[in-house]
Amino acid sequence: MGKRSVIPFGPQHPVLPEPIHIDLVIEDEKIVEAIPSVGFIHRGLESLVDRRDYNQMTYVVERTCGICSFQHGMGYCEAMEHVFGAEIPNRAKYLRTIWAELGRMHSHLLWLGLLADGFGYENLFYQCWRVREKVLDLQEMTSGGRLIFSVNKVGGVIKDIDKEKLDIILSTITEVEAELKVIKDTFLLDYSVQSRLQGVGIVTKEQAHDLGACGPFARASGIKTDMRKLGYGAYPDLDFEPIVSATGDSYARCYCRIMEIFQSIDLLRQAIAKIPDENELFTPVKGNPEGEYFMRVEQPRGEAVYYVKASGKPYLDRFRVRTPTFANLPGLCEMLKDTQLSDVGLLVLTIDPCISCTER
Amino acid sequence: MAEVIHPEEQLLEIDVDQLLTKAMELKKAGFRLSQACAAYVNEKFELSYSFADDKTYQYTTLRVVIDTDTEVPSITDIVPPAVFYENEMKELFGVKIKMINLDYENRFYRIETETPFGPKEAAASEEKKEEA
Repeated sequence: MGKRSVIPFGPQHPVLPEPIHIDLVIEDEKIVEAIPSVGFIHRGLESLVDRRDYNQMTYVVERTCGICSFQHGMGYCEAMEHVFGAEIPNRAKYLRTIWAELGRMHSHLLWLGLLADGFGYENLFYQCWRVREKVLDLQEMTSGGRLIFSVNKVGGVIKDIDKEKLDIILSTITEVEAELKVIKDTFLLDYSVQSRLQGVGIVTKEQAHDLGACGPFARASGIKTDMRKLGYGAYPDLDFEPIVSATGDSYARCYCRIMEIFQSIDLLRQAIAKIPDENELFTPVKGNPEGEYFMRVEQPRGEAVYYVKASGKPYLDRFRVRTPTFANLPGLCEMLKDTQLSDVGLLVLTIDPCISCTER
Repeated sequence: MAEVIHPEEQLLEIDVDQLLTKAMELKKAGFRLSQACAAYVNEKFELSYSFADDKTYQYTTLRVVIDTDTEVPSITDIVPPAVFYENEMKELFGVKIKMINLDYENRFYRIETETPFGPKEAAASEEKKEEA
């Protein structure tokens, strides 16, 4: 047994865009234990429910995170709509699905770029982010915001996407698809990329389940789960199956996210082909909310849970969001065990950590 | 068309003494811990432990309602990933949870206010609302 020592990782580190600290207990160069600490940028957004009414909270919730902002707003609104018992118009369901899938595409492309940068492939990083810009342009064209859209409202959405813009989305995602095929081959077939990712940071199916993992992290370990199957938005009308891999290593996590971008392109095509031609974009909700609901939404990083509890007042008694990164932290700690110190930066990236979400 | 799953969603109100037994039952039935959180409502703590089944998408929430000075046993021996949720409930709300496997001793979140979502802060917030 070698000498044990503790190496602090973060909160400032080249691979981390946001602060998280991990105490790494190492023996020689091997990790034997990892203890994370968060809370450097905790904002207490949930506590704003006693100062902002349920409609204003939509805009607060959207600001939980800049990357999955739309899905935060959508998850909160879906939860509130269950409390009100409101059925939103079909067109609004499709619009939410279109924005959600654009968000998934740009989030995964952002992550692919960060991963490429993490293993020192800067050109690949540029390529991923160059393609991502096209998706951001679509988001700006359809909502007015590149990252934070502010289009959700309890009862539906407040903006429409006209036929001309839907056609632009179709032509742009065809371009993105062609460019992504080249990027995909580099990630999945390049020898040097494979040597950094294959067999590194393995999490078995049993471990992923026991540690409460979710999203692409869990699917890469063979757990076939996807909250879109619950049937919110327009997903009941669209054909898709969760993308899974069995190996549970860093390569599998990369594979799942790349293939999910292609899946998002397919879902966008299906949604645009089927979007109903209606004028109604939202169903007015009356009175104040009373009741509680746990809403689960499949964000780019996995299952997010939105809990709302109301007692007939404009202000909620409790709002809580459990973000996917929070659920994946135990899996990260387990994954780091028995790995080399030099792999830690890359392994932390493979869960696609979003600390802003976690520190809501 | 995608197969849509309409899972059973249960909210089980249980006594604090039943928490460990119920958590064990759900774990043995193949559920994973999806989330755990606290709420301060009507001068009591409402603790919610939600378990999800990834095959059937069934969602079961155990609800424990306790007085603010009641101690709650940690479920981290049964469900290890509960460690971060329990530290959060302890630090943000002031829920008294005993025997957490890894107790951060109020250093999980580096915040200045002690128990910012707890009874004292809630009372201050109510006063402000009434003044407004």
